[in-house]
Amino acid sequence: MKLDPKLDTFPKLLLNRKQTTPDRPAIREKDFGIWQTWTWSQVVEEVRSLACGLAASGFRRGDKLAIIGDNRPRLYWGMAAAQSLGGIPVPLYQDSVAQEMEYVINHADVRFALVEDQEQVDKLLEISNRCPKLEFIFYDDPRGMRHYSVDHLESYDSLIQEGQKFESENPTYLEAEIDKGNARDISVILYTSGTTGYPKGVILTYENILITVINSLDFDKLTEKEECMAYLPMAWVGDHIFSYAQSYVAGFCVSCPESGATVMHDMQEIGPTYFFSPPRIFENILTTVLVRMEDASWFKRKMFDYFIRVSKRCGIQILQKESVGLIDRLLYLIGDILVFGPLKNTMGFSKVRIAYTAGEAIGPEIFEFFRSLGINVKQLYGQTEASVYITVQKDNDVKPDTCGIPFPDVEVRISEAGEVQYKSPGVFQSYYKNPEATLETRTGDGWVFTGDAGYFDDAGHLKIIDRVKDVGRLNDGTLFAPKFLENKLKFFPQIREAVTFGDNQDHVSAFINIDLEAVGNWAERKNVAYASYQELAAHPEVYEMIRNCIEQTNTDLAKDSEIAGSQIKRFLILHKELDADDGELTRTRKVRRRIVLDRYGSLIDALYSDVNRGHIENEVTFEDGRKGMMIADLEIQNAQVFDHMKKTG
Amino acid sequence: METGASQAHETERVREFKELILEVDGVFVSFGGVKALQDVGFSVYEGEIFSIIGPNGAGKTSMLNVISGFYKASAGTIKFEGVDRTSASPERVARMGFARTFQNIALFKGMSTLDNIMTGRIVKVKSNFLSEALYYPARDQEVAQREFVEGIIDFLEIQSIRKTPVGKLPYGLQKRVELGRALAMEPKILLLDEPMAGMNLEEKEDMARFVLDVNDEFGTTVVLIEHDMGVVMDISDHVVVLDHGERIAYGVPDEVRTNKDVIRAYLGEH
Repeated sequence: MKLDPKLDTFPKLLLNRKQTTPDRPAIREKDFGIWQTWTWSQVVEEVRSLACGLAASGFRRGDKLAIIGDNRPRLYWGMAAAQSLGGIPVPLYQDSVAQEMEYVINHADVRFALVEDQEQVDKLLEISNRCPKLEFIFYDDPRGMRHYSVDHLESYDSLIQEGQKFESENPTYLEAEIDKGNARDISVILYTSGTTGYPKGVILTYENILITVINSLDFDKLTEKEECMAYLPMAWVGDHIFSYAQSYVAGFCVSCPESGATVMHDMQEIGPTYFFSPPRIFENILTTVLVRMEDASWFKRKMFDYFIRVSKRCGIQILQKESVGLIDRLLYLIGDILVFGPLKNTMGFSKVRIAYTAGEAIGPEIFEFFRSLGINVKQLYGQTEASVYITVQKDNDVKPDTCGIPFPDVEVRISEAGEVQYKSPGVFQSYYKNPEATLETRTGDGWVFTGDAGYFDDAGHLKIIDRVKDVGRLNDGTLFAPKFLENKLKFFPQIREAVTFGDNQDHVSAFINIDLEAVGNWAERKNVAYASYQELAAHPEVYEMIRNCIEQTNTDLAKDSEIAGSQIKRFLILHKELDADDGELTRTRKVRRRIVLDRYGSLIDALYSDVNRGHIENEVTFEDGRKGMMIADLEIQNAQVFDHMKKTG
Repeated sequence: METGASQAHETERVREFKELILEVDGVFVSFGGVKALQDVGFSVYEGEIFSIIGPNGAGKTSMLNVISGFYKASAGTIKFEGVDRTSASPERVARMGFARTFQNIALFKGMSTLDNIMTGRIVKVKSNFLSEALYYPARDQEVAQREFVEGIIDFLEIQSIRKTPVGKLPYGLQKRVELGRALAMEPKILLLDEPMAGMNLEEKEDMARFVLDVNDEFGTTVVLIEHDMGVVMDISDHVVVLDHGERIAYGVPDEVRTNKDVIRAYLGEH
């Protein structure tokens, strides 16, 4: 595909929006309790002043603009402004601690930073000694900033004023700069959160992103009428594609929530038609729903249970427009009025036409729950390195345990070792200043190694089992796919996180993190007293509950001969939540297996001996960055394992 | 970055003040035979954070109740902006520009966060029976007040509990809502009765941050009472220490911290 040279960068697309759809809403933000809306022509004016302000401060072609904060319209405009000047936006994870930011800022040679508020400014000032290249910090929210007397620290508003002055003196400067941009230029550098080692800066050009996005709009028939929530970290490729790139190309409106804590409520008000989220969000929503239903009155609970059974029976078939008996169809209709409709409304899913889950495998049960309610959730398999899209499930052709078929223009092949590899117009140029890693990941002719193990099923749908390096074998040769087991465990609302072990061992064992909301609620109803997470996690009744969950999983595993041997024999409940601040999770909340192995070695040893207690001492990092020691003695229990039973009939 | 430049958030809190806003002089309060306050006097500068500290039963809350007009002093004077207001009623004191929070939270438990804070606007509503009975004036009034309250909700970062009944909120958040209601009165002096009592360290630090921000953003004079010296010493400009109803020390935190009488009052005789 060739891009129109008049529309081959985001700034050019933005200017074109002012011609084609000047009065349609472009972006919304809830502020002071009210949705504030900017039309495309207003956005053009904002970006114009902002870009000129940056130019007045000395921002030139090739300069990097770090963007740090929650999803705010002004931060998105910062991206477009930097791109207008031929610069490169580098969004950072807003909840990173200062040291993590230091690496990216130095590695990406960032000279300018546009940040949300005092919290982010403080972090940058803390590391400014060690970031010699960082010169200018601009902040959006002036709160608490009055007494800062630091050079080159400026508010967004004063930057805009300078921009307006600059523009009146150089009226043609910006247009000329925008014209210089072309499809081969670098559009953005996205740092992958990285399960191992330092984050890597993925370089994507306008061509990479735009061709992929144009394909995606065509694939899903997305138009300017979509409504979309921007609530995921701006540094994540998913947000960059869905909330920024697709919005600029298709012209639909993106809504920024009031704060992280109000997303659910804001979503209910906006009623998005197009929704994107990692499985975790769906898990959390389902957990909240199930917990609330347990608290509901007897009648409501019975009604919920009954119609959920109906939806499990025929909901997915109805969604996929397959034939369903008349009685079931009627019952489903009644269920929709009494249960599903109100439920979807509370979850903010009433108008959803297409929802995607990606980033990690979603538990089939969770996935089917949402689909059976009539919500068109689909799975997508993607990577930052691919500008997201590798394989996608097609409408009405969705199998819960696969990731769908290759996306238009994407070629996918499976290597001999079982690794998934792909080639597409979206494939990244290189990792910034890291040629070794680029060579390891990308061949000269554009094939990318994903590191994921998978295979195509008979219908041509891609199935991902695990990371190639994580798939292991027990000593007796049984296949051990940790992700697969962990996802099964995490479907239980009581289990927030699970880490399983078994490679080169005699049996499988597991660490469990309880879900404080679900288990806390249960404890309240049962009158179980507890003073802390640690105490609740060690409670004998909680252990019993978790053991039941594990034994249920084992029953399931016993049905499949391939994996019957990987049933979980021993487990313990961790005394603390695995935490990104301690390096145990990535910022997108994936478990960093190696670090967990390292930090909890003594407990793993205990799991593979015959003792029934394990001792652990660990350093933990508190929210404010201070560190402390955490010491605990944890109980280890055995779970029942079952013989492999062939399905009868 | 120019790292040599001074960074405001790291400098010591030594600030200069000029105007007195509140002068308390020779106040006596007694309940029957119990002498709650005996000849207590101090001055509060406009724009400062002023703390009244002391062990249990020292008379701190009595002092606050005298300032807010709940108790009448049997002797002594209280001047506000140079004018004597010793015998003003609580309602008049509130209209003068005093707002307070309570040691035991006094919110309307069944009402939402938003409505609770709205009640703080009552002293600012300028309306009469006629205008309230008409649609447009009443609506405009409501919109104007709501706008102000939304500013406070944003300031205190409580957007997510805007519609939640306060009775369902955890203690630390209820304290924050109460602070919001006091702020809704746009006070000249904010009286806080043990704002950090019963909180864990993180909640205390949050509250201290909000008190500093209020003082900083709105220039509000803050008079706060605390039992616990820790956090208070870090954020106060001046501190007065009471013990058994008498003033035993006054000064900047560092002076007070090393004062022998204060140490004795807190730790007992040696």
